[in-house]
Amino acid sequence: MDAQTLTVSAEPTSARAYVRATPVPAMAPPATTVGALGWVRTNLFPSVGSGILTVLLLVLLGWIAMWLIEFLIIDAVWTGSDREACLPTAERPDIGACWAYIGDRFAYIVYGSYPIAGRWRVDVFFAMLAFGTAWLLWLEAPRRDIGSIYFFLFLPVASFVLLHGFESIGLPVVDTALWGGVTVTIVVAAVGIVVSLPIGVVLALGRRSRLPAIRLLSTLFIEFVRGVPLITVLFMASVMLPLFVPDSWSPDKLLRALIGVALFSAAYMAEVVRAGLQSIPKGQYEAAHALGLSYWQSLRLIILPQALKVTIPNIVNSYIALFKDTTLVFFVGIFDFLKTIEVARVDPKWATPVTSATGYIFAALVYFVCCYAMSRYATGIEKRLATGEKR
Amino acid sequence: MTVGAGATIPPPYSPPQAGEDRSKHPPPRAGEGGTAVEITGLHKWFGDFHVLADINLTVGRGERIVICGPSGSGKSTLLRCINRLEDFQRGEIIVDGMVLTRDVRRVDAIRREVGMVFQHFNLFPHLTVLENCTLAPIQVRGMPKREAEERAMHFLARVKIPEQARKYPNQLSGGQQQRVAIARALCMSPKLMMFDEPTSALDPEMVKEVLDTMVALALDGMTMLVVTHEMTFARQVANRIVFMDAGQIIEVNEPAPFFANPQHERTKLFLSQILH
Amino acid sequence: MGAVPFYRDPKLRGLLLQAVLCAAIGLLAYGAVHNAAENLARANIASGFGFLNVTAGFDISQNLIDYSPQASTYGRAFLVGLLNTLLVAGIGIVFATILGFTIGIARLSKNFLAERLATGYVELIRNVPLLLQLLFWYNAVLKALPEMAASIVLPGGFILNNRGLFTPRPLFADGGQIVAVLGGAVVAAVLFNVATARVERLQRAIVVRIAAIVVIIVGIPVAAFLAGGAPFAFEYPEIGRFNVRGGSEVLPEFVALLLGLSIYTAAFIAEVVRAGLKSVSPGQTEAAQALGLRRMQTLRLIVIPQAMRVIIPPLTNQYLNLTKNSSLAVAIGYPDLVQIAGTVLNISGQAVEVVVITMAVYLSFSLITSLVMNIYNARYALVER
Repeated sequence: MDAQTLTVSAEPTSARAYVRATPVPAMAPPATTVGALGWVRTNLFPSVGSGILTVLLLVLLGWIAMWLIEFLIIDAVWTGSDREACLPTAERPDIGACWAYIGDRFAYIVYGSYPIAGRWRVDVFFAMLAFGTAWLLWLEAPRRDIGSIYFFLFLPVASFVLLHGFESIGLPVVDTALWGGVTVTIVVAAVGIVVSLPIGVVLALGRRSRLPAIRLLSTLFIEFVRGVPLITVLFMASVMLPLFVPDSWSPDKLLRALIGVALFSAAYMAEVVRAGLQSIPKGQYEAAHALGLSYWQSLRLIILPQALKVTIPNIVNSYIALFKDTTLVFFVGIFDFLKTIEVARVDPKWATPVTSATGYIFAALVYFVCCYAMSRYATGIEKRLATGEKR
Repeated sequence: MTVGAGATIPPPYSPPQAGEDRSKHPPPRAGEGGTAVEITGLHKWFGDFHVLADINLTVGRGERIVICGPSGSGKSTLLRCINRLEDFQRGEIIVDGMVLTRDVRRVDAIRREVGMVFQHFNLFPHLTVLENCTLAPIQVRGMPKREAEERAMHFLARVKIPEQARKYPNQLSGGQQQRVAIARALCMSPKLMMFDEPTSALDPEMVKEVLDTMVALALDGMTMLVVTHEMTFARQVANRIVFMDAGQIIEVNEPAPFFANPQHERTKLFLSQILH
Repeated sequence: MGAVPFYRDPKLRGLLLQAVLCAAIGLLAYGAVHNAAENLARANIASGFGFLNVTAGFDISQNLIDYSPQASTYGRAFLVGLLNTLLVAGIGIVFATILGFTIGIARLSKNFLAERLATGYVELIRNVPLLLQLLFWYNAVLKALPEMAASIVLPGGFILNNRGLFTPRPLFADGGQIVAVLGGAVVAAVLFNVATARVERLQRAIVVRIAAIVVIIVGIPVAAFLAGGAPFAFEYPEIGRFNVRGGSEVLPEFVALLLGLSIYTAAFIAEVVRAGLKSVSPGQTEAAQALGLRRMQTLRLIVIPQAMRVIIPPLTNQYLNLTKNSSLAVAIGYPDLVQIAGTVLNISGQAVEVVVITMAVYLSFSLITSLVMNIYNARYALVER
């Protein structure tokens, strides 16, 4: 049977045979479906109902944006020395955020009641911490193993000496009751971060152990700590710890809070690490043992590197939660960043209707920037790991 | 059951076998002729990528069309345009006399008459096999539950697994699941059945049972549009074979001349690659 | 093959390790208890739970059961606190679920604005500490409400000012009417379920369902009211000079806590819902659509049942988190369990017992939730080969 060659036509083909004579010329899609117009059509107005929703949301968004810009920028007061600057007057009935107040109290918010002469020590601590963090977080940094030693061993000791003081080398002791503000928040968060991962790994391994006593103890500890609110753990550390130690020790208030936060965070970290360990296929354990590696060697060289790598996003999420939880030391009398904002808020020198809102918005911005940055880092790591898996 | 090599390709409609009662489940309106699907000047872009270009195709009632071609040629996309699982920008599709528009009611009406079987079965895992089959008749056609269940058992018997009715899909083998998918589509009494690579995800020993089911369906007079790589099936059952490449229809022919004497360069290349 | 020296035998080593560990912990515990006993004796604080029967002597601003500072005991104070916790947690769970599901579904919307706004909400709320949000709601929003004299009066007789929300209080002639109303509601719910089960099959189900709802849910309680005797009245709040007379009061602390908890938890629930909906493979929706099911039917019959399996476990975890987070009530003075425990601890000095009671309560919450989760998982897991 001869094939009939039909030219490209618009007529439907019911012929028994057909062969395409000329290929279809390149054509551009209709204008309304691509480019900016097309994007608007598909994403904002795909249907009548959706279009109405878009309009409503645009109105809502515009209203919120306008209110925010007015409050935070246009009507805000940037300079001033006391409440007079931020009170509504006849000429200026609408007052926005009182940034002058934040500027005035800034030193207190950052350093707390740390003696002014010693504030350089806090600055050095911040710098060292930033350096260590950048070293570990930058995945292409050289000799990150030294970085780990720096971060997990050298830094804690150096920070303690700097912040707390050490008489013999000329650094006067500064009682922890004077520490406050951002300093305390960073100290609590840093200690929590540094301590919770190793303890968490130990607990996770304990929970997976074949030895029943160890497994039981680890499980009990983890489930107990995870089952109660952090605030009760802090109360327990704060109120009960002094009872359980000999009278002569009288542990420092900050230390008690640190212990509470560290243990709490370690329990949650343990679950995160355990999930990571569980995701390692059994074949890895078997291969390591078949090669003759001991339990600890296979753990250190094969299992943990893989498990930790896989759970880095969840570990960072755990750290974000820890960072947010530092605010709870509020309840045991520690003057963290949020508490200094609270104290500054009720300062009579700055009593205006907008002081509270300004303080809270400032605090919210700081926390948001820090936590969001951490979560973007986690997402970035996740993507990098995913591409590593792709062929 | 297989059709032997020497048998002729069955005509579009076969009269009822002796003793067979078709009054309850009538086949498509054969003998009246008419078209099941009419596609005119169909173009589809995905962003800037021209996925389907100038598709013209008419499928008569009772006809069996096999669409083949290399991967990425747009075969599945074409099927999915017909029941509007995918959108298209230019051209016209007429199914069972109804023009396919964006109107939701028209789309629903067309989907009621078009059955589709997917490569990965897509059975509903939280429902039993029987519930999978009765769901649409009850919800879409408003059929009472008992009647829907009778109907479902009839079609499950047709695909030869009535005893699995109370089981859940994950308890069945791949071949059984695909047969349930076929029965599920048949329960809606569609005028046209579309198959999107129905055996590609199956283990080799289960391909035959599904193909046999499809052949039986064909012999009953169902209009079928099948995207597949199974060329023996195509040879046995198809009225026409459509070869697509890069979104365009390259060649259409009846099976014998198609395999024996391909005309276009690309058809020759494709056939040389898959028939070794 | 010779005997393995004991320090190389893994089994023996394991046993040894466990023995050493238990001994160490035992020693520590003994030391701790010994010190505690010494310290407590020195402070003249008796051990044991007998203090629960001592008169409390402090007032509680919100009590769901009878409580008076002079007559009620510490034990009863704890109970009041527990009920307050359950109240705010229960209502918070309802609000958070509704809001969370809405935002979660909006995050999967094809409408760009809806998706972006929902994402913005989730990112903002999840990255700001809950305590800060609570303080914000309480100090910056609720405290900013007008004074008594300038109270906002809402339609329906509600009065809103910086002392709280005052609502009309229904007066019942006797307890019997409460029973009648509640009974009527229960009967209505049962009949509603029966009616809609049959209505499933019919086309035009929506219209019939609405009619059924109206008839059953309104009709039966009305009948119960009429059958109960005298119709009841509302006691409306009135603004006085320093106080509001009549009506019921909703504390601003309660509202702030409820708002803060609901909004915070809703952001997490939204993520859980989004993950659940995404876990249902798109092939399921395609198959349903290919069969002719409409969008709502597909959602209701195919997507949501499968998504719920993935959603429910982390969802109950979020409920538990909400309950635990309600302990932050201490910051704004809402009398929940932890706040009252703190007060009792300060007054009585019974640190160990108070902390034990508080932790025991929360551990029970966790335990019950775990149990319920296990039962649920066992029953509703997808049946596999």
